[in-house]
Amino acid sequence: MSDQPEKRSDDGVNITIDGRQFTARKGELLIAAAERAGTYIPHFCYHSRMSPVGMCRMCLVEVDSGRGPGLQPSCMVPVSEGMVVDTESETTKRAQEGILELLLINHPLDCPVCDKGGECPLQDQAVAYGPGESRFVEEKRHYEKPIPVSDLVNLDRERCILCDRCTRFAREVAGDPLISFTERGNRTQVQTFPDDPFSSYFSGNTVQICPVGALTASPYRFRARPWDLDQVESTCTTCAVGCRTAVQSSGDQIVRRLGVDIDPVNHGWLCDRGRFDYESARSPERVTSPLMRGGADSEPVEATWPAAMAAAASALRDAIEAHGASSVAVLGGARLTNEDAYAWAKLARGVIGTDNVDCQLADGLSAEMLLTLPRATIDETCSADTIITLGVDPKEELPVLYLRLRHAVVEDKVAMVEFSPVETSLSPHCLSVRHLPGALAESVAEYLATDGGSAGSGSVVVVVGRGSLAGSGGDVEAAVARIREALPHATFLPALRRGNVMGALQMGLSPGILPGARALSSLDPPGGDPSGSDPTTPIEPGLDAAGILNAAAAGRIAVLILLGADPLADVPDRDLAERALAGSGTVVAIDTHLTASARRAHIVLPAAGPGEKSGTTTNLEGRVSRLGPKVTPPGTARPDWMIAAELADRLGTDLGFADSRQIWAEISAEVPMFSDCPVDRIESPEAQDGILCVPGDEGGLQWDPPADVASPPVDAYALRLVSSRRLYDRATMTANSPSLAGLADESRVRLNPRELDRLGIVEGDRLALVSPRKRIIAAVSADDRIPRGVVSMAFNAPGPAASELIELGALVTEVRVETL
Amino acid sequence: MTDHFTPANLDLAHEIIDRYPVKRSAMIPLLHLAQEQDGWVTEDAMRQIAELVGVTPAEVLGTCSFYEMFKRRPVGRFLINICGTLSCQLMGAGELIHHAERKLGITSGDTTPDGLFTLAVAECQAACTEAPCLQVNYRHRYRVTPEDFDILVDELRSEADRGEGPDPGNPDAGGVPRHGVLSLSRQHIPAERAAGPSSPTSDQGPPAWMPPPDAEEQK
Repeated sequence: MSDQPEKRSDDGVNITIDGRQFTARKGELLIAAAERAGTYIPHFCYHSRMSPVGMCRMCLVEVDSGRGPGLQPSCMVPVSEGMVVDTESETTKRAQEGILELLLINHPLDCPVCDKGGECPLQDQAVAYGPGESRFVEEKRHYEKPIPVSDLVNLDRERCILCDRCTRFAREVAGDPLISFTERGNRTQVQTFPDDPFSSYFSGNTVQICPVGALTASPYRFRARPWDLDQVESTCTTCAVGCRTAVQSSGDQIVRRLGVDIDPVNHGWLCDRGRFDYESARSPERVTSPLMRGGADSEPVEATWPAAMAAAASALRDAIEAHGASSVAVLGGARLTNEDAYAWAKLARGVIGTDNVDCQLADGLSAEMLLTLPRATIDETCSADTIITLGVDPKEELPVLYLRLRHAVVEDKVAMVEFSPVETSLSPHCLSVRHLPGALAESVAEYLATDGGSAGSGSVVVVVGRGSLAGSGGDVEAAVARIREALPHATFLPALRRGNVMGALQMGLSPGILPGARALSSLDPPGGDPSGSDPTTPIEPGLDAAGILNAAAAGRIAVLILLGADPLADVPDRDLAERALAGSGTVVAIDTHLTASARRAHIVLPAAGPGEKSGTTTNLEGRVSRLGPKVTPPGTARPDWMIAAELADRLGTDLGFADSRQIWAEISAEVPMFSDCPVDRIESPEAQDGILCVPGDEGGLQWDPPADVASPPVDAYALRLVSSRRLYDRATMTANSPSLAGLADESRVRLNPRELDRLGIVEGDRLALVSPRKRIIAAVSADDRIPRGVVSMAFNAPGPAASELIELGALVTEVRVETL
Repeated sequence: MTDHFTPANLDLAHEIIDRYPVKRSAMIPLLHLAQEQDGWVTEDAMRQIAELVGVTPAEVLGTCSFYEMFKRRPVGRFLINICGTLSCQLMGAGELIHHAERKLGITSGDTTPDGLFTLAVAECQAACTEAPCLQVNYRHRYRVTPEDFDILVDELRSEADRGEGPDPGNPDAGGVPRHGVLSLSRQHIPAERAAGPSSPTSDQGPPAWMPPPDAEEQK
């Protein structure tokens, strides 16, 4: 862990590797110490992020611990004082040759048609350490060529060398032991249980760590050969964790993403959504040229950039002239890079003159709260004495954060307290406190008043997210306020899902907040421009997403700009989103795909997507890292900042930058929070891990916790709705990736089995859910993770939409259940 | 929820699970119980065992398939394992196997159509001095000649025809129990002597079954 004190010198263990002295760390495995000393010991089963098992025997080296030299597997032997190791002796070489000859006995020589050929550890090590020929003349073992173990992963058992990496990963890291060694002896093979596929959210990692071509991923299978691939390092923006990735392309198309091991974040792992959603770039729904609609009911038709930009600019000009700048609103921005977000914040406030900007779609948390809470890193969270999670199920929303938290709780025995209305993926591993939807703050207060006092002694990190979208975020904010009162030393890790939401907040895409988490009201003189020049900057804070939507529904928004936002899918009030889109004068959508909302827009401008643009992104910790552009955007799609710059130009102002590098230069020069993070630091190797940029309190930003609201009394005739996001849903990138789209479950009403008995219905029956907003019909599932009195329905899942039931701002959503 | 064990066996399964500090430890005993109930281990049984001990079905399959004596296909009421290792081979196991295949009308590895016999060639059964030997449901028969084999098969057949043979419920009846029956007497551990569900790492005191120190003095 990074925060541990420097190792004292007397903790060092002196060993000799191939005649050279090296000081290893106490307890370190010999293979890891050798690696750090610059001596590579060949291996297949050893993986630095998993426990050693000594399965493959490839790492045998001659070790003398004082009793004479002998062969030992270096992945199973911790270093000891005075140990003498010879990795190149005749005995070691003979052992390596023998092991490779044995491993290759049953391994088919189908390298020319194997995906792994060219980057295969077995192939490489057979060349480097192998005997060159085999004495085995008998028939090799044969199995049916690849069998699918899941929708994404295929298993070729002939190629498998039984290293236990995939099964160990599934068991130890992912906690989804759905694959296992079966049979024994010569017939040993990895298998799933019949009809129970390896449907882990993390299955793609097994393909990446497989040291042979036994596991291959369906989306990449036979797409490219490794030597044809070109690679750039980047950061995944699918969710806010910010996993480091290698983006690989062939023929100007992204064909694969791999996890890159960085210590502070992802440890090399990716979730399957982040790994495979590059497919969406080639989706038929991708917008590749501007689209414009003639009349209200006509279909959008292709237009040229000048025509579309002229239309957008004139709509903006007309709106400003006729109704003032506050009739313009910008929704979204969490898909954008930091540079894009900054450019749009500058365009909105400095050129258009509106503060109606919000990168969250009323589905997040208070921006003031997120930007003022003392922030924790993921490492600090995982090494805290106590972790408290509020509402969010990290496995569904921030999968790799789940891996880190799971490791902390299961392996490192960190105490965790979870507050959630339903059972989550972490519930089996922690103290899980159930509360009624809408009563989170009460539940937290009660806990702090009783058992929670004991948490006061050590470090506490609170993982704070928006668990259920069926109630307002105010409940979570009130709970945070309670924790701040009782545990003033607690730090917080925001657990919001959308890609660069923290970056967009820190770049000022939130009403009343300027770039760098400075309050708009702190400007002196009022209205003075943050970056120096503009008279148009608004003085009064504008509307947040809920306000914008309500104003639009009331006909007070003349131009609504959707920055990669899809209110119809993401706003937890479908009815309001519909009315807002219908009530806006002109809707301009800037998006990668033709989403449901973009389809309703008057002007659609195609934006470059992940892997297609340079810039930086910020993860939930506030870690700024660089994105790698790998391929050219399809058609005439271009980065969002470029669209902002051209719109500004058409409105008569030069935003003052010509590429994303210049934007970052301006950000680091103008925004105090980023002053120690200039361009050359962002471009240095140091930035591979990302550079933490967390706002201090100099911005004058205040968070006023919401007044405590008693949760409404339980309505005995109704159930309380919980609606949370699942990993696979109708999110744009997921729904447009053919390999992932099918993994999204049809939305179902989930009820406690006893609730089903009470209603006299069985699994699969259809039910009507009635809220003040709407009546919807959906199939029902029994789920004992849902307590009685609660009904759960995934948010934005295919099928009947839970957001139809929800009224934005309501503390809870009570629904009546009608059997049909 | 899978519903494979009979209610009586489900009670028994819970009793078995309660014997262990960690539920997962009951996996192999429960596989035996499933094999006893059905004569083999069905997929549904593995599913239910997984639910009962809190692991995935794949992990149960991994354990179950490691052990040759857990059968994952139906086997006959009597599983005849003829030893095919060196000593028995020298003493005529080869002829015995051929004879058995002719007598039962099946090749080794198969089950007779009436579901009574499964014939298999097995590795050494640790009775080399009594070669050639075989096992019927893991009960030894020594120095088996082809004639002995015929008599054995006829006996077993008539035993099955009469619907006799011992069962856990009737341990006094003679003959060979059905395949899968592990033991004719059940082990019952009284609750006060069971280890219970406490974690082995957190439990520092003496084991539950150890008599308290003053009990000895009283004697």
